[in-house]
Amino acid sequence: MSLLNAESPDLLTTFEAAGIHLLWHPSLSEETGSEVVDIFDSILKGETQLDVLCLEGSVLRGPNGTGRFHMLGGTDKPMMEWIELLSKQAQYTVAVGSCAAFGGISAAGDNITDAIGLQFEGEVPGGFLGDQYRSLSGHKTINISGCPVHPDWVTETLISLSLDEHSEEAVDLFGRPRMYADQLVHHGCSRNEYYEYKASAELPGDRGCMMENMGCLGTQAHADCNSRPWNGVGSCTKGGYACINCTAPEFEEPGHSFTQTPKIAGIPVGLPTDMPKAWFVALASLSKAATPERLRKNATSEKLIYPPTIHKRKN
Amino acid sequence: MSRIVVGPFNRVEGDLEVSLDIENGVVNKAQVNSPMFRGFERIMQGQVPMDALVYTPRICGICSVSQSVACAKALADLAQTEIPLNGELSINLVLANENMTDLLTHFYLFFMPDFSRDVYAQKDWYSVVSERFKAKEGSSVKKMLPARAEFLHLMGIMAGKWPHSLSIQPGGSAKPIEAQERIRLITLIASFRRYMELHLFGADLEDVAKLDSIKALLEWRKKEHWSQSDFRTFLHISEDLNLAALGRSTDQFLSFGNYQVQGKKLFAEGCYIQGELQPFDPDSIAEDIAYSWMQGAEALHPKEGVTEPSVDNEEAYTWCKAPRLNKQVVEVGALARQLINGHPLIKELVEKQGASVESRMIARMLELAIVIPKMQEWAKQLDPQAAFCFPTTLPKEGCGVGLVEAARGSLGHWLQVSKGKISNYQIIAPTTWNFSPRDSQSIPGALEKALEGAPVFEGEKEPVSVQHIVRSFDPCMVCTVH
Repeated sequence: MSLLNAESPDLLTTFEAAGIHLLWHPSLSEETGSEVVDIFDSILKGETQLDVLCLEGSVLRGPNGTGRFHMLGGTDKPMMEWIELLSKQAQYTVAVGSCAAFGGISAAGDNITDAIGLQFEGEVPGGFLGDQYRSLSGHKTINISGCPVHPDWVTETLISLSLDEHSEEAVDLFGRPRMYADQLVHHGCSRNEYYEYKASAELPGDRGCMMENMGCLGTQAHADCNSRPWNGVGSCTKGGYACINCTAPEFEEPGHSFTQTPKIAGIPVGLPTDMPKAWFVALASLSKAATPERLRKNATSEKLIYPPTIHKRKN
Repeated sequence: MSRIVVGPFNRVEGDLEVSLDIENGVVNKAQVNSPMFRGFERIMQGQVPMDALVYTPRICGICSVSQSVACAKALADLAQTEIPLNGELSINLVLANENMTDLLTHFYLFFMPDFSRDVYAQKDWYSVVSERFKAKEGSSVKKMLPARAEFLHLMGIMAGKWPHSLSIQPGGSAKPIEAQERIRLITLIASFRRYMELHLFGADLEDVAKLDSIKALLEWRKKEHWSQSDFRTFLHISEDLNLAALGRSTDQFLSFGNYQVQGKKLFAEGCYIQGELQPFDPDSIAEDIAYSWMQGAEALHPKEGVTEPSVDNEEAYTWCKAPRLNKQVVEVGALARQLINGHPLIKELVEKQGASVESRMIARMLELAIVIPKMQEWAKQLDPQAAFCFPTTLPKEGCGVGLVEAARGSLGHWLQVSKGKISNYQIIAPTTWNFSPRDSQSIPGALEKALEGAPVFEGEKEPVSVQHIVRSFDPCMVCTVH
């Protein structure tokens, strides 16, 4: 559903402009029931070319390896069998969302459904298709992770495939397209000034930086959420809540509450990416000592208490 | 007698299979199978209660905010949290934004494309309808998508993003709205209203909302040519195909009521049983599992509910449980909401033709015409100088209930907390009500009942009447089997 939020241009126009033809999509296509199975059969017989197989949602293997937790309606066959068959016919295989990529939220808790990603189980390579799997074009599964995915991450990845520009260098260690995964959510965060001075929010609705108390992982999360807005203008941190690093494998089980920062001796356990700990501690205490009154007061308030001071050229 | 199995059933959210026993050209028995189990109720066990706000919206990409609101309400009930006016207005706005978007998405992407199927090629309306509503390419679909995406900028402003926001809190909204944002909200709701008035209705929203009888609806429709707006086009098709006589279910309904401001709900809660409006008693709900792949014996109230999947039940044919209200099968959704809230046109439709495909669709369109102007009022009422969120302190022991109306109907969350962790979490989603299997009395669920009597033409593998009936409920299967 997030994909339908594509703008400038809208989803159908984007596909049209890129020459992408949907063979079948569960929400968008007319074909239903046996008409869908006919399309799948035609692919398996090699009569219809499958350029890209996109999977949304993790592969459910339970109970006891039978796959019965997810049968493809009308076919008496587990979805995992269809995925295995179709993946052998696909030029490219794409996992859309963190569930399909790594197992995701579906694999949280005791993972009762035995959910797994296409080529990863959490951080561990392998997954349902196995580490040796390659699509017909010779590539591993491309993991457009995120919960949800930004519509542009999907359309841009699909367009790059349609332009035949994909390579192993185009994805990171976890198979995520580097077009969005080489950035941090921290980049462009509108709370950056609060971050600089460690002026921290304490409650939902506060204006301050959410790293120290509210569980925000924006300084570690690989995604461009604050440099490429969601729904026109938004992002998690703009919406008043922590980044929970939803593009990362195993984000679903942080080992602590999502919205409380774990600390040791008052220092957050997770440090900003590439930041040496000693320097972080030193700089944090220094900047905290230097926090301007404006930021200190505004950080724990819903409303702007102190606007920035105006400097006139002449008094 | 013959049996056909329709699946994978698409243009519904999630996975669905329908088995039909056919005799003399009509369905005489239907079984609805939700062929996927997801296990969210189990995932939640042992988690920190506030983290339910992260997990529950991820049940669904289309009802995400509804799940958040039900969860936040359950946590607020647990903590007995107060909520400021701005918080209520903000939650109403994001919930209405999702619900109205879903009604629109259903109409254009899920429901109408079936009328551009080849089976209708001989109809005099076919060429117009096919040009507008053909799946993936219809001109009306192409107009709808940018309007929908722009309308959802409301989420960008008020909830960070859609789906899967964390701005909705037990004590209100974590996103205080600033003066310029309030103005932007007012503008973009007005812009969406303009789109609907131009394309969907071809009329002012107030003129549609106040249609108070079948006669008034007919007169309104005939004021313009049937092709003048997408809603008029639907009414024209509906008359031609007699959708008023298709897909009648039990004619019993439930609504939890919705959009509360200072103690008063825009849509009232209640139920409609055996032709009578009645007060709703939350204690009268129980989930039966006689025909579900679940372990257990008796039907339980969700406060004590258990979710233990098992394929050992030989009678079972679905992962969906069968919720019942006082042992009655009830239908939920826009039709139930508008009937229980006393809309005169909907009341007359239900009395005259029952819960048919046509009644369900008209109720959805009316709701769009009623709620969008309310959203404009709520946005104006936001006060950037006042509080948006009160702090919440959760007790280590206790229970809470959160009831809300999602686009598709009544959604409930029941949570129990023990030693500071979630000890039980039970969810009944709208489509769990509508697409429930038979219960221990072997009484079929709402869709199963609605499919009985559906005409099936010679050689049809996917009977088109069944397509219309199933989609008239706007099912969300991923929520169903949470």
